Amino acid sequence: MSTSSHRVWKYGDNVNTDVIFPGKYTYTVSHDPAELARHALEDLDPEFAANVRPGDVIVAGRNWGNGSSREQAVTCLAHAGVRAVIASSFARIYYRNAINSGLLAIPCPEIVSVVSAGDFLEIDMENSTLIWDGRKFDFPPLPAQVRDILDAGGIIPYLQAKHL
Amino acid sequence: MAMTATEKHLARASGNRVVKPGDVVVIKPDVILSHDNTAAIAQLFEQLPHRRIKYPERLAITLDHAVPPPSARHARNHQAVRRFVREHGIRNFYEVGRGICHQVLCEEGLVGPGMTLLGADSHSTHFGWLGAFSAGIGRSEIAALWATGELWLRVPETIRITLSGELKSGVTSKDLTIHLIGRLSSEGATYKAVEFDGGGLNFLTPDSRAVLTNMMAEMGAKNAWIAPDEITWAWLERVLQRTRPGDYRERLAHFEENALYGDADANDAEEHHISLGCIEPMISCPHAVDNVLPLSEVRETPVDLGFIGTCTNGRLEDIAAAAEVLRGRKLRARLLVIPASSMVLRDASEAGYIATLIDAGGTVGTPGCGPCMGVHMGVLAPGEVCISSANRNFRGRMGERDAQIYLANPAVVAASCVAGYIIHPADLL
Repeated sequence: MSTSSHRVWKYGDNVNTDVIFPGKYTYTVSHDPAELARHALEDLDPEFAANVRPGDVIVAGRNWGNGSSREQAVTCLAHAGVRAVIASSFARIYYRNAINSGLLAIPCPEIVSVVSAGDFLEIDMENSTLIWDGRKFDFPPLPAQVRDILDAGGIIPYLQAKHL
Repeated sequence: MAMTATEKHLARASGNRVVKPGDVVVIKPDVILSHDNTAAIAQLFEQLPHRRIKYPERLAITLDHAVPPPSARHARNHQAVRRFVREHGIRNFYEVGRGICHQVLCEEGLVGPGMTLLGADSHSTHFGWLGAFSAGIGRSEIAALWATGELWLRVPETIRITLSGELKSGVTSKDLTIHLIGRLSSEGATYKAVEFDGGGLNFLTPDSRAVLTNMMAEMGAKNAWIAPDEITWAWLERVLQRTRPGDYRERLAHFEENALYGDADANDAEEHHISLGCIEPMISCPHAVDNVLPLSEVRETPVDLGFIGTCTNGRLEDIAAAAEVLRGRKLRARLLVIPASSMVLRDASEAGYIATLIDAGGTVGTPGCGPCMGVHMGVLAPGEVCISSANRNFRGRMGERDAQIYLANPAVVAASCVAGYIIHPADLL
């Protein structure tokens, strides 16, 4: 099956890594998935961590993930069960971290202006398309080299497989 | 084909004769930077089948983000970093108190003109002031780099910023940087290189130049770059004589041979001209670095404390500027000063600046990142207002989400702590 339905959490422009995963936890909180997930979006939306469900997606405005290089800003969402972040645009390091941690980061400004929190949308990776309310929204496909890393689940599993 | 300096660095590092914007290339960086996050990266590295670090001599590791360790958990993290350093024979390791990675690697001559660095820290754009290519990446990518020595990068388009004239008295490169970020926005350079040129650079000291390239991270830039010139070479000679008296001549000769310069007819995606004489003292207001206003419009905003430090503005010039403001005055608001390195702390002590800060009622912390990312050593209480020489003022950045952070140049931070509200030193009674 190439598509599935995902519930939307909606946020605005310029959401930075400090509010996605606070810096005060970066050198003590372990890689424990449950602990990382508990702090997801702590300073942006205190309701998020308690109410997010596996398969949900985040839809946000411009420059999602600007600021620090901390990878926990990606992995805390993945561990919280977030399937994808769809944004008008992404900060550079956040976008790399998403690919290298196996989290879908989809730039698609057209859909951001129409969907609302609580809506459902579908992701069709094969055709690089998002579907909402029967309408299709294309997003740019990744270069093959980069898609391979994402498909492997991130750069660590990619190198594990490649080394065999 | 004509290439920018950034393109030339990536061509060399990827073994290509020519690269152009949009190309995805695999580069082998000369230096791979990590800090307190090294132990976490080591956990990722241990999941890889490679076992051996491909080029251990290319790793550079500093303990700087939570120093001295504020809790047993932080101490255990440092212990794990030291164990990793021992087990893998990492020579370029700098202990608690030596300073912030970006400052230390410059002082130690580990990075210089023509070199490439990838770092597990977003302010890795810093090293461009020395004429090097440097960019920030994530932890998994650093683990992959340790294992394979190489990583993919997209060759960026270049934004050229030409500086002319001279900054007015009382205006610094921090004001210029905040002005640029306000003008181009926090995503104005996303995925792009920012190269600075023009006669205005002749009036910017090494410490001032580093502010520019360091903080281009806040404009989203992949890297930032300034051509090495007489000012750069003089700094390298002076500093490397102190840190590596045994081989500084060889190191300088290597840098001279290695230096790269962009072609005059290379293609830029964007060009901006800045007349330095038109820049006013500027402030980044809560809670975004590109929420910029002239100081005159936020003057008299009450502040509870000030912070002077970080990889952006914790160097000798910054502490000297603060000391000049504080000489013979007393503070109304608390002031915390954290030098960017042990060399800065030593020089500031020798020059008498530290005594001046303390006489005014300020205090000084261990060289490192201090409270910049809210870990320790001066974090904010709810509702507190901080004026800071750091680089980020995001909600919750320095501790509590209800605190407020204003970013300014170090002399403005010092003056504001004297007055108890935001003020330019020229307006202090």
